[in-house]
Amino acid sequence: MPVRMNKDWIPLTPESVKRLKGQLGVYQIQDPAGQVVFIGYAGGRSLYGLRGELERELASRGPGHSFRCEVNMQYLTRWKELLMVHAADHRELPAENRKLPAPGLGRISPV
Amino acid sequence: MELELTDEQRLLQQTVRRFVKEQIVPLEDQLDPDADEIDPQDHNRLVAQVKVMGLYGLGIPAQYGGPAIDLVTHSLLAMETSQHRAGLYAPCYGVFGGSSLAQLYEANEDQKQRYLYPTLRGEKTAFFALTEASGGSDPARAIRTTAVRDGDDWVINGSKLFISGADRADYGLIFARTDPSQGRNGITCFIVDTDAKGFYVRRVVHTLRSAEYATELQFENLRVSHRNVLGEVNKGFAIASDRVSRARIPYAAACLGVAMKAQEMSIEYAKVRKTFGDLLATRQAIQWMIVDNEIDLRSARWLVLEAAFKAGHGQPFTTEAALAKLVATEAAGRVVDRAIQIHGGNGVTKDLPLERWYRELRIRRIGEGPSEIQRLIVARNVIGGAFH
Repeated sequence: MPVRMNKDWIPLTPESVKRLKGQLGVYQIQDPAGQVVFIGYAGGRSLYGLRGELERELASRGPGHSFRCEVNMQYLTRWKELLMVHAADHRELPAENRKLPAPGLGRISPV
Repeated sequence: MELELTDEQRLLQQTVRRFVKEQIVPLEDQLDPDADEIDPQDHNRLVAQVKVMGLYGLGIPAQYGGPAIDLVTHSLLAMETSQHRAGLYAPCYGVFGGSSLAQLYEANEDQKQRYLYPTLRGEKTAFFALTEASGGSDPARAIRTTAVRDGDDWVINGSKLFISGADRADYGLIFARTDPSQGRNGITCFIVDTDAKGFYVRRVVHTLRSAEYATELQFENLRVSHRNVLGEVNKGFAIASDRVSRARIPYAAACLGVAMKAQEMSIEYAKVRKTFGDLLATRQAIQWMIVDNEIDLRSARWLVLEAAFKAGHGQPFTTEAALAKLVATEAAGRVVDRAIQIHGGNGVTKDLPLERWYRELRIRRIGEGPSEIQRLIVARNVIGGAFH
């Protein structure tokens, strides 16, 4: 598993979200300008897992956003890793994560 | 050895049990099942309560400001603080305070001033880096990270694997080979600041553990002052081996705490769950699982307490500590496995803590010296070193 999530972006539409399964995992949201604006996870309390979380994202965002996700049972440690990698690459967390209470994060220097 | 708990031990045990039940478990109802931290405000509030109880810094020796309790009492409390979902690797989410690394108590006064005391005050955090990709059970041969003397400094190159907390720590203890011609006697322990040039945390290592993920470290021409050598050059393994063995005892006790809770849950469930018209508690197959759990719990508990008693009374205890670690980690795994079987499908869901304990307990048979190394220690002690 690469440190950075490098899957292709998928348009955030009802059709694409409907194809997702209710598994646990992590996801990223990209805005129409191509910026990663949010990194989230579908955890043990998420209704319908990744599909439920992405349905919620779809309902709360305008058109033009895209997403990519990763099924992962270790969703919390992977989520924290993705946040730390983003912080290492961009010197700050994604814009919408900055508005939320921050989890305890360390510093990593991915190659 | 006195088999009855003292009044003070019972009181402390009951106090901590009530604290876990009333303060910690309700918080977990609002957290993700894999969470390893609580809201900072809750954390500070609970730390204040623990300080009022006089139990902050449970693992800190009394002469360094920890509570004046013996190792038996400490082990009994470790069995209590782990009795919640995150309890194995994040007992009470750290509100009982940290204990620092055992080796640091052997540091010189200058090093204690710069590292140990700030850590005990909660101002600095540390990591411990021994294991490498080449192995962790036989570090004398496996360590490939090197440190070469250059004037007043040492220059470290290499990598470490499965290192907890390095990404958040202020400093760490890194073991490196300083004499390639020697095995065990060619390893030195260095205190390394994480903001030093050449220190890198390359990635998170995802494991069965939900809390306190591991990391992979890389050192590229990392310069460390000679004044940061802990102990003597080439004698890194000699530092605090007694304290390291001692730390295995509450480590084993924490495994038992989780298993005790799993057994409690199993008994409660067996008394209410019906199959084919009757309660599980009436089924001999279930009764025997509960009895086997009881055998595992009671035998492991006595081994843990015996090790704690001997270590606390200045008696030889390496055999007892190895047996306690070996038996408690393996017994706890069996107990939680049976508890899952009794709970059926519910047991493997994230609705209950059993699946998390099942995953995290599996690591305990490997961490802090795997079962095979504990057996090796016991064999060496009971048969004699000449046969090894």
